[in-house]
Amino acid sequence: MSLTFIFFTVLAILAIASAIVTITARNPVISALSLVFHFFMLAGLYLTLNAQFIAAIQILVYAGAIMVLVIFVIMLLNLGDEEKLKEKFNLRKVIAVLLASVLIIQFFLIYLLTRSGKIEIAENTAKLSTVQSIGQVLFSEYLLPFEAIGLLLLAAIIGAIVLAKRKLT
Amino acid sequence: MLSDFGIVLLFLITGFVFVALGLITAAIIRPHNPNPVKQSTYECGEELISGSPWIKFNIRFYVVALIFLLFDVEIVFLLPWAVVFQQLGWFAFIEMAVFVLILLAGLAYVWAKGDIEWEKPKPYIPSLKDLVVERKQHFAE
Amino acid sequence: MEELGWILLEALIKALVIFTLILLAAATLVYIERKFSAFIQNRIGPNRAGPKGLLQPFADVLKLFMKEDIVPDAANKNLHRLAPIISLGVAIAVYAVIPLGSSFELAGRTIYMGVAPNVNIGILFILAMTSVGVYGITLAGWSSNNKYSLLGGLRSSAQMISYELSMGLAIMGVIMVSGSLNLNDIVIHQSGWKWNVLLQPLGFIIFLVSAFAETNRTPFDLPEAEPELVGGYNTEYTGMKFGMFFLAEYGNMATSSALIATLYLGGWQLPFNPEWVGLQEGSVWLALAQFASIVIKILLLSCFFIWVRWTVPRFRYDQLMNLGWRVLLPLALLNVIATGAVMFLI
Repeated sequence: MSLTFIFFTVLAILAIASAIVTITARNPVISALSLVFHFFMLAGLYLTLNAQFIAAIQILVYAGAIMVLVIFVIMLLNLGDEEKLKEKFNLRKVIAVLLASVLIIQFFLIYLLTRSGKIEIAENTAKLSTVQSIGQVLFSEYLLPFEAIGLLLLAAIIGAIVLAKRKLT
Repeated sequence: MLSDFGIVLLFLITGFVFVALGLITAAIIRPHNPNPVKQSTYECGEELISGSPWIKFNIRFYVVALIFLLFDVEIVFLLPWAVVFQQLGWFAFIEMAVFVLILLAGLAYVWAKGDIEWEKPKPYIPSLKDLVVERKQHFAE
Repeated sequence: MEELGWILLEALIKALVIFTLILLAAATLVYIERKFSAFIQNRIGPNRAGPKGLLQPFADVLKLFMKEDIVPDAANKNLHRLAPIISLGVAIAVYAVIPLGSSFELAGRTIYMGVAPNVNIGILFILAMTSVGVYGITLAGWSSNNKYSLLGGLRSSAQMISYELSMGLAIMGVIMVSGSLNLNDIVIHQSGWKWNVLLQPLGFIIFLVSAFAETNRTPFDLPEAEPELVGGYNTEYTGMKFGMFFLAEYGNMATSSALIATLYLGGWQLPFNPEWVGLQEGSVWLALAQFASIVIKILLLSCFFIWVRWTVPRFRYDQLMNLGWRVLLPLALLNVIATGAVMFLI
């Protein structure tokens, strides 16, 4: 048993545990915080895969920006008890079950395919995931998608303002 | 490379243990005699007015957080470019300048719409007339 | 397995040394702040505990340990307990990647000064940690269930996220100049008076202002503006929990100073060629001299923080938001583009 494997197991168990707390906690702030903890564990998992940039981004963007937004929403809207949220849950339950079954099928497919040797984990993934190589690839091969992201972000800024304004009035 | 991160992790864990130890020591040696007045929410010694502070808040904070999120994503894209831009040459530089300009347009939009503008408090400077009126009311009472 | 044991031992010793240093730094800074403010306001300052009041910070800590912990009934107890731990933990965590000197040889092992200064995403780690620092204050404000606390927490988090952007973009200039995210590389790149403050003067000013805002120091101390918010986010905190926030404030000041020194003022580089005074590359003495160099830089910068606090009045909230979004953010973006253009032209 290598050290990496031990790291992986501990991180994975903590990640799953915090994910369960996220969906079962009664207090929305606690569930948001356990999601933040979950993101930290995910970042650790990325580090065991040598994907340092993704790991840092996981914390910087997800834990440091998106979850701050979520906490703001929880604090500002003050939905408080989950009772009020229980209105249109039926459709969501159906969708959740569907997505979960897709996920389980996917797990099995990946497991079976790697077992039988039909797909293999690429050799040079470790080299590809440093910040330098991401920079090299992003600005040579993926120029157009990169500019498209710029436009997408612009659209998101405008959309956010328009929606927030509509809610306000 | 993982070992370096392992050391960072170890440092983080010892850090949190260290902080927790401080709190636990304090919990052991400090006195504990609560009473209802002590445990009440502090509002300058007054009785609570208007109940809980957990109310619906100004949406402006939320808008600021949204704009922050979008610009944060922009920084994330700038990072890999900043590391290697000396090897990438002019084309990537112009590419990035276009990207930044697109987002500056976004900032300009937010600016023009007044969403990063906070309400300025308007100072109340009483004129002589106001003061006279105030005095009169005071004496009438 | 024996190698692993050595690494663990080294890491633990370094961690303990750094915790002691942070505590000492906080104590020193509290003392300096009180004496400095007394000097500026023509008072005497602490002068009872020990000679010249030198033992005052230790007396304060002892007193905080003995104080009763009062948690309001209306508060969310668990989050109330968690908030100061997050605040102080994040302030300490940043030291994991700050280089405090070059390396030296001891018993056949190369020992780097600093916990893990060679992490190759050091700057990303720091950005990530500071972005998480928002939670401590926000949660303290929310969990106290007090109007002043909530207002303080909200203001503070909006302020911190606003200035985080300019801070990140200012750092971008440094990354472009040195072409690395590794903090030790950045320091080595500044050797021989090529300090980044000379190459990135605008970036330095933006970073300095953002650092003031991130640490909630005057003129950006709106989260704890006494005249209107009592104590701000820590109104409902007493005893050692308050002590943790207090420690975190001074720890953050030391952290920001260390960052400014590392990124812009040459980090552990000595301001002269070490061979002039006969210090050999890789010797323990050189490492100690470099350590002294960065500690002096940190102390001087912290004194600057204190000096500004007792000289400049507080901003209004709309001025603060204006400065962050309308002045610093566009300037920081322009700084990135200008740095790129200049580096290509030269």
